[in-house]
Amino acid sequence: MTAPVRRRKRPGNGSRPATRPLAKAPTGIPGLDEITNGGLPRGRPTLVCGGAGCGKTLLAMEFLVRGTLEYDEPGVFMSFEETADDLVENAQSLGFDLRRLSARRRLLLDYVQLERDKLTESGEYDLEGLFIRLGHAIETIHAKRVVLDTIEVLFSGLSDRLLVRAELARLFRWLKTKRVTAIVTGERDGEHLTRHGLEEYVSDCVILLDQRVMEQSATRRLRILKYRGSAHGGNEMPFLIDDHGVSVLPITSLGLAHQASSAHLSTGVAGLDAMFGRKGFFRGNSVLVSGTAGTGKSSLAAQLAEAACRRGERCLYFAFEESASQITRNMRSIGIDLEPWARRDLLRVHAQRPTALGLEAHLVTMHRLIDDWKPRVVVVDPVTNMIAVGTEIEVKAMLARLIDFMKLRQITGLFTSLTEGGGAAERTDLGVSSLMDVWMLLGNLEANGERNRTIQIVKARGMAHSNQVREFVMTNRGVKLLDVSRRADGSVAIGSARDARQPQARAADPKPRRRGVVK
Amino acid sequence: MKNGARRTWRLRLYVAGQTPKSIAALANLKRLCDSHLAGRYSIEVVDLLDKPHLARRDDIVVVPTLVRKLPPPIRKIIGDLSNVERVLIGLDVLPRDDEE
Repeated sequence: MTAPVRRRKRPGNGSRPATRPLAKAPTGIPGLDEITNGGLPRGRPTLVCGGAGCGKTLLAMEFLVRGTLEYDEPGVFMSFEETADDLVENAQSLGFDLRRLSARRRLLLDYVQLERDKLTESGEYDLEGLFIRLGHAIETIHAKRVVLDTIEVLFSGLSDRLLVRAELARLFRWLKTKRVTAIVTGERDGEHLTRHGLEEYVSDCVILLDQRVMEQSATRRLRILKYRGSAHGGNEMPFLIDDHGVSVLPITSLGLAHQASSAHLSTGVAGLDAMFGRKGFFRGNSVLVSGTAGTGKSSLAAQLAEAACRRGERCLYFAFEESASQITRNMRSIGIDLEPWARRDLLRVHAQRPTALGLEAHLVTMHRLIDDWKPRVVVVDPVTNMIAVGTEIEVKAMLARLIDFMKLRQITGLFTSLTEGGGAAERTDLGVSSLMDVWMLLGNLEANGERNRTIQIVKARGMAHSNQVREFVMTNRGVKLLDVSRRADGSVAIGSARDARQPQARAADPKPRRRGVVK
Repeated sequence: MKNGARRTWRLRLYVAGQTPKSIAALANLKRLCDSHLAGRYSIEVVDLLDKPHLARRDDIVVVPTLVRKLPPPIRKIIGDLSNVERVLIGLDVLPRDDEE
């Protein structure tokens, strides 16, 4: 007989002090447990505050629902504002069936109605009734979690503020003796975290929610203002409420700790692989393909996607300009058939107008889709359309997060960027090139009454690569790269001019440190 | 039809144990009813410590709470009922003047 071993941790092992780590109750909310290093302080109240409509109630509700479904911790929701019916209805939009949970005694909804005009005050009173009511609810379903939303209503319902204050202080002490993990919500009021200073009573953990409208789209943010005894990121984290509930996007923890891969990944274009020393770029690379309109950015993206699918890898294609069927049709015209891969569910196209969501919401959505489906290759086409919903700095920050996230998972990302025509060929309108490992520039070269496409590699971190400009043609069998023929005077012969000359069999191997001159 | 002779008052007083406030509330209530509603009232005292489930059913958070079940509509008066005038208003015993 061996005793069950619960923890591998032994006292005196390592340099850590012998203090017990803070026990935490996981919320089950994606992202929130990451940024709190495991959840809310177990057995203690947490204050969640924010303005009207910031998502306090839904976050608190999800904490309870996930608590009971995922962690076997039933919960009591005491609502001072919304009726039980309203709560049931609102939770339905997140896919939670509160009626069923209530019927199974996994959840208890209790609506407290406290309206001053229906109440006459005469002499002294206290809130013992609330304690008894909540205590009974906790015992009835053996609750481990409690939400009070929002208890500040007591201040408007009762005239004796001093008494309410004293009773609230008593309530929070009492909650701790009940060993329930609680969320207490409070309404933000101008400079004050909560209208009635609830933060005075909750000293362990304070979370601030915020919703702002920027560039006509709403973005939600969450910040851990305080977490006693626990490391926490003080940064604002974007979060999203959709039909899956709340998701928080951790943005601080990723850093640059990812493992760099040395495995190669074909671009899907033989000639282009050759420019990278025959092998393509590294797996997990972030690749920027920039160029003016019609230079073939999407075609290159489709080649990469098709190559991934051909290897049996999943590719997730975020299309911000075209619908899935439009992309399929256009690519078929140059001989890239994406449809079979979509049918085999190796390719998924997620088409959405950038303006449909705020920037953060896009980011969260992309995160979730990537996290859920786990593709090996991700295409964002074009990333520049994001500017429609954010400022350049924000877009860059968002991209940095997305790239970090993908790198951690060794996902190769291709981002197309639409540059404005004329001049400054190497200027990317986002300034995002610094985030990228590989940067390819597509261009149009006009000469001899023709317009021909060109491609060059501006940078490729950690890889030998060709510095030459190549001609980029779209055939009915996909993208092909052609050598650019050089005339004796050093100028480039391209298109018909090249055809006129004898195509030189030129080694496609990289010739470092020599830049093809485009004139 | 305000203070019609046939009207009766069904009152329920919620308390939590024998605290000074609950004792005072019951005493104040009895005194007041005897002087204003003699023979026309009934009082039921509910101790939430004995019947905690009634707190939720009857939506009680404050104690003492006096609930006027009859005459309708249901009204709630909270406190130890030491302010007689306010209790009478809450019980709709004095004819109301329209200054409030």
